[in-house]
Amino acid sequence: MSLTIQDVKRIAHLARIEVTETEAQATLSKLTGILGLIEEMQAVDTTGITPMSHSQDVTQRLRSDVITATNQREAFQKIAPAVEGGLYLVPKVIE
Amino acid sequence: MINQSLKQLAAALATKQISSVELTQLFLDRIKRLNPELNAYITLDEAKTLAQAKLADARIANGEATSVTGIPFAQKDIFCAKGWRTTCGSKMLETFIAPYDAHVITQFDNAGAVNLGKTNMDEFAMGSSNETSYFGKVKNPWDKERVPGGSSGGSAAAMAARLCAAATGTDTGGSIRQPASLCGFTGLKPTYGVVSRYGMIAFASSLDQAGPMAKSAEDCAVMMNVMAGFDERDSTSLQRENEDYSRDLNKPLAGLKIGLPKEYFAEGLSAEVAVVVQEAIAQYRKLGAETVDISLPNTRLSIPVYYVIAPAEASSNLSRYDGVRYGHRAAEYTDLLDMYCKSRAEGFGAEVKRRILIGTYVLSAGYYDAYYLKAQQIRRLIAQDFEAAFNQCDVIMGPSAPGTAFKIGEKADDPVSMYLQDIYTIAVNLAGLPGMSIPAGFANKLPVGLQIIGNYFDEARMLNVAHQYQQATDWHTKMPEGI
Amino acid sequence: MQWEVVIGLETHTQLQTNTKIFSGASIKYGAEPNTQADAVSIALPGVLPVLNAEAVKCAIKFGLAVNAEIAPRSVFARKNYFYPDLPKGYQISQYELPVVGKGSMTIQVGDEEKTIRITRAHLEEDAGKSVHGAQEGMSGIDLNRAGTPLLEIVTEPDMRSAAEAVAYAKKLHELVQWIGICDGNMQEGSFRCDVNVSVRPKGSDKLGTRREIKNLNSFKFMQQAIEYETQWQIDTLEDGGTIHQATVLFNPDTGETRAMRSKEEANDYRYFPDPDLLPLAVSQADIDKVKVTMPELPEAMKARFEQQYGLSAYDASALTASSEIAAYFVATTSALNGDAKLAANWVMGSVSAKLNEADLAFANCPVSAEALASLLKRIADNTISNNAAKQVFEAMWAGEGDADVLIEQKGLKQVSDSGAIEAIVDEVLAANAAMVAEYKAGKEKAFNGLVGQCMKASKGKANPAQVNEILKKKLA
Repeated sequence: MSLTIQDVKRIAHLARIEVTETEAQATLSKLTGILGLIEEMQAVDTTGITPMSHSQDVTQRLRSDVITATNQREAFQKIAPAVEGGLYLVPKVIE
Repeated sequence: MINQSLKQLAAALATKQISSVELTQLFLDRIKRLNPELNAYITLDEAKTLAQAKLADARIANGEATSVTGIPFAQKDIFCAKGWRTTCGSKMLETFIAPYDAHVITQFDNAGAVNLGKTNMDEFAMGSSNETSYFGKVKNPWDKERVPGGSSGGSAAAMAARLCAAATGTDTGGSIRQPASLCGFTGLKPTYGVVSRYGMIAFASSLDQAGPMAKSAEDCAVMMNVMAGFDERDSTSLQRENEDYSRDLNKPLAGLKIGLPKEYFAEGLSAEVAVVVQEAIAQYRKLGAETVDISLPNTRLSIPVYYVIAPAEASSNLSRYDGVRYGHRAAEYTDLLDMYCKSRAEGFGAEVKRRILIGTYVLSAGYYDAYYLKAQQIRRLIAQDFEAAFNQCDVIMGPSAPGTAFKIGEKADDPVSMYLQDIYTIAVNLAGLPGMSIPAGFANKLPVGLQIIGNYFDEARMLNVAHQYQQATDWHTKMPEGI
Repeated sequence: MQWEVVIGLETHTQLQTNTKIFSGASIKYGAEPNTQADAVSIALPGVLPVLNAEAVKCAIKFGLAVNAEIAPRSVFARKNYFYPDLPKGYQISQYELPVVGKGSMTIQVGDEEKTIRITRAHLEEDAGKSVHGAQEGMSGIDLNRAGTPLLEIVTEPDMRSAAEAVAYAKKLHELVQWIGICDGNMQEGSFRCDVNVSVRPKGSDKLGTRREIKNLNSFKFMQQAIEYETQWQIDTLEDGGTIHQATVLFNPDTGETRAMRSKEEANDYRYFPDPDLLPLAVSQADIDKVKVTMPELPEAMKARFEQQYGLSAYDASALTASSEIAAYFVATTSALNGDAKLAANWVMGSVSAKLNEADLAFANCPVSAEALASLLKRIADNTISNNAAKQVFEAMWAGEGDADVLIEQKGLKQVSDSGAIEAIVDEVLAANAAMVAEYKAGKEKAFNGLVGQCMKASKGKANPAQVNEILKKKLA
C-alpha cells in the first residue's frame, strides 16, 4: 500500500493539521519510510488470533452514581483562550 | 549528600543532620549552576518548592515523616501538578497551568516529598533522544554532545548530574529504561496498571506506565512504595493489595533462572554493549544464578506493531488539543476549521504531527483491519512469547538499548533509525510486563544498561535481582566527570 | 408509480442518573453554562473515564423490557471527529459490541398490531451544546451536557409510514419512562429521535438510499418531517433525480427538511476500542438483580387487566398507555373494591378528557384516584346517577369539596324509596292517559316517554331502574 500526496492531505485534514505543499511532500517521504517498517507485519499469519487491546484480562470496574465533582468553572476557564459569560468562544459553528 | 540513597537522606533528615529546606536548596543551587547547560528542567518554581520543604520540615519535627518526607524529587513534565505549568514538552501546552494533580503527584505530596521542578521530555513523550521537546534539547551529562535518551530525557539528565535525589518518568516504549541505560542509573517500568495513569498526560493509553528513576534498585523500591497502588479514577488501575517493594531486596540469588533471549543478542546490538551485558550476566552466575537460552521469536515485529498501536492511540488522545478550552490557539484564522488546523499545526512539533498522521492513517476506513487489527493480533503473539519464556526462567535479561548514547542530531532526521532504538524495550510495553534497566558498565566511556524483564507483578523480585547485583558491583555509583 | 416509504429510528434517550456516564459531575438540566463541566467533561489533559454503574443498570432494564439479548461482554470504542461540543475530539460509544442486542416492541396503529424489531441499544456519552449569538460571528460552547449518559436505541427499517414511526416513538417514549430510565422530557432534549427515511417502488425488496433526519424533539415535528421528506424523495425520483445519502435537519417554521452543511464531507470516524476503558461484563446475576427491580411491563399489565378485570383489549391497552394512567386506574379500582369496569369508563372518559383539556398529567390530576373512587361508590350503590356524578366530578375538579358533601349540597341523591317512586308513577300514569293507550296498543316507544316523564317529575332523582320496574308492573 503506497502512500500518495493526496493520502497525506486527506489524513492531515482528518487530523485537523494544516500542511503546506512542501510540508506534505516532506511528510510523504517520512511517512512512507515508517509505513515500510510497519509493512513487515503483513507477512504474519494471524488467522484466528484474538486481538489484544489490554495486557490484563480484566473487565471494567463500575463507579457508583454519586456526585463528586464541584463547580470549578472559574479555575478551568482561567486557562481558556476565549470565554464569555461562562461559555467557551469559538468561531461560529455552522450546522 | 547528593550521592546518598533515599534511605540515607531520610535518616539524615530524621536525625536533623540536614533540614529539608537545606537539602532542597542544595539541589536548587546545583540546578541553577548546571541546568542552563543541560536543560534538564523545563519549569522551576523555587517558592513553591521551598514552601513544600518547609512543610516537610514541620512534618518531620512532628514525627510524622514517611520514607520520602522532605526529599526533593524531579517530576517529569507529563504529570499534571496543580498550579505548576505542565507542558508535556509541547508548545501546545506552553502556558498550561494544571488545575489539578495527577495521582502520582498526589502520592508524593501526601508522603511529604518535595517537588523540585518539572523535567524536560520529548514532546508528548514521543521520542528516544529528547530532541523533539519544544523546550530544547537536553544534554547527556556523560558527554554533552550526546543525547540523554528519551522520552524521559530531562529526568535522566537530572539523575546523572545529581540535580535531584530521584525522579519520575514514564515509559510507553522504553522511555524510562533507554534513558536509564544511556545516562547510567536505575529505572523501572512497572507492570501496566500498577501505577495510576490519572493526571499523566496520555501518549498511548494501553502502553503508558509511570515509574521511578533513581540511583539504585533500593531507591526504586522506596519510590514504588509511594507511586504504586489502586486508584479508582483510572479504569485500568489494578485492584491489588498494597505491597512492600523492598521486602525481597536482600534475598540471595542462588537458583535464580535467568532467560537470555537469543533475539536480544543478535544483529543490531553494538559489539561493545554486548560485551558489557555478557559481563553483567557472568556476574549474576557468580551470584548463584543459572542462565538458560530462550527465544522471543516475535521480537522484531514489536517495532512495527508498536508503531501502529502507539500512533493510533496517540492520534485520538491528542485530538483534545484543539485550542478551544486550553492550550495553544492560533492568533489568526478564518473560521472554525481553519482555527483547528492552524492551532494544531502551530502547537505540535514535527514528530508529534508525524505520529498523529500515521495513527490517523492506520485507523482510517479501509486500513483498520490491515494495520490496527493486525497489530493487536501480533501483540498477542508477542505477549504469548513472554508467557512461554517465563515457563523456563524467572527473569529475562538483555541489553536495554542497542547502543550507547548517540550524538545530538545523529538520528534526528531519520525516524526509522530512531525507532529502532526501542527494539529491546517495546515488547515489554506491548505485553504489559515490568522491565528495568540497571547500570552494568561502560562502553567507550559511556554508560551501558542491563535490562531485566520480569513476569507480571514481579517488581519486588526484579528489584531484589537488581539490588543483589548492586551490592556486588559499583557501576550504579559512578558519576560523570566534572559534575 | 406507487411508492413505499421505509423508516428506521435511532433514538437517543438521556438516562436518569445523578452523574455523567464517565465522571462524578451532575447532569441536572438548566444549570449555568459550564458549571457542571468537570475536568473529565472538558477533557483536561490526563483525565480518564470511569463507567457509571447506574447507566449500565438502565441499559439492562431496557434490554429486559424489549426482550433483548444482553451482552455478557460489550466494548466501548472511540468515534473520532472534531467538533467544538466534543471536547476530547472523540465520542465514547459502543460500536461493534453493544450492551443490548436484538429485541422487539409491539406497536398499535389503528386496529393493527405490528412488531418493530430493535437492532441494538448501546451506551454512549452526549455532547455539549453550541450557543449562538454570544458574540458576532462566534459560538459559545457549554459543556454541561457533555458526558450525560445516553442509551441509543436503534430499530430495523420496519416502519412503513409516518404514523407507524410516530406510534413506535410514542410507545418507546412511554416505555423508557415506565421503566424509569428516562424522564422523557422532549423539550429539554431527554428523548431525541433521528429518523432514517428512504423510498422505493412498492413491491421492491431493495432499500433505497436513505437520508437521516436529525434531532427531532416532538412527535408532531416527526410526523411533519417524515411526510415532507418522503414527498421530497418521491418528487426527486419522479423528476429523474437521485437521492444522495445525507444528514438533514427539519425546520419547524417552514415544515421543510434541508441537508446539513457541516457534516457533508465523508465521515471517517476511525472507530477503535477505547484503551482507557476495559470490556464491560454483565453476568446473569447482574441481570437477575435488575430483574427484581423491574416494574410490571405494559404488555404484561395489559394482559392482566383483561384477565383480572374482564376489560376489553381496547380498554386494557388504553389503561396501560402510560404508567401514570395505569397507576391511577389501579388505585381507583382498588378503592372501589374492584368495580373495574366503572373505574375504567371514568378514567378513560371524563378524567382523561378533563386532563387533556387542562393539559395535565395523571400524576397532577386535581381529583385523586381515592376521591374519584368515593364518587364512583355513590354510582355503584345507587345514591346518584351517572349523569349526576358528572356534575359532582366537575365540582370536585374545581376543588369545591368531597363527593358526599357535594352530593348532599346539590341535592343530587336518587330517590330509591319504592313507595315514593310508586306515587310519582301513579301521578304520571294518570296525567298521560294518551301515552298509556299508545303503549297498550303496542307502541314500545311510548314506554320511554313515560320513563322520561317520571324522571322529570322526580327532578332527575328517581332511580331509573326502579322507575322502569314499577312502570312495567303497573302497565302489565
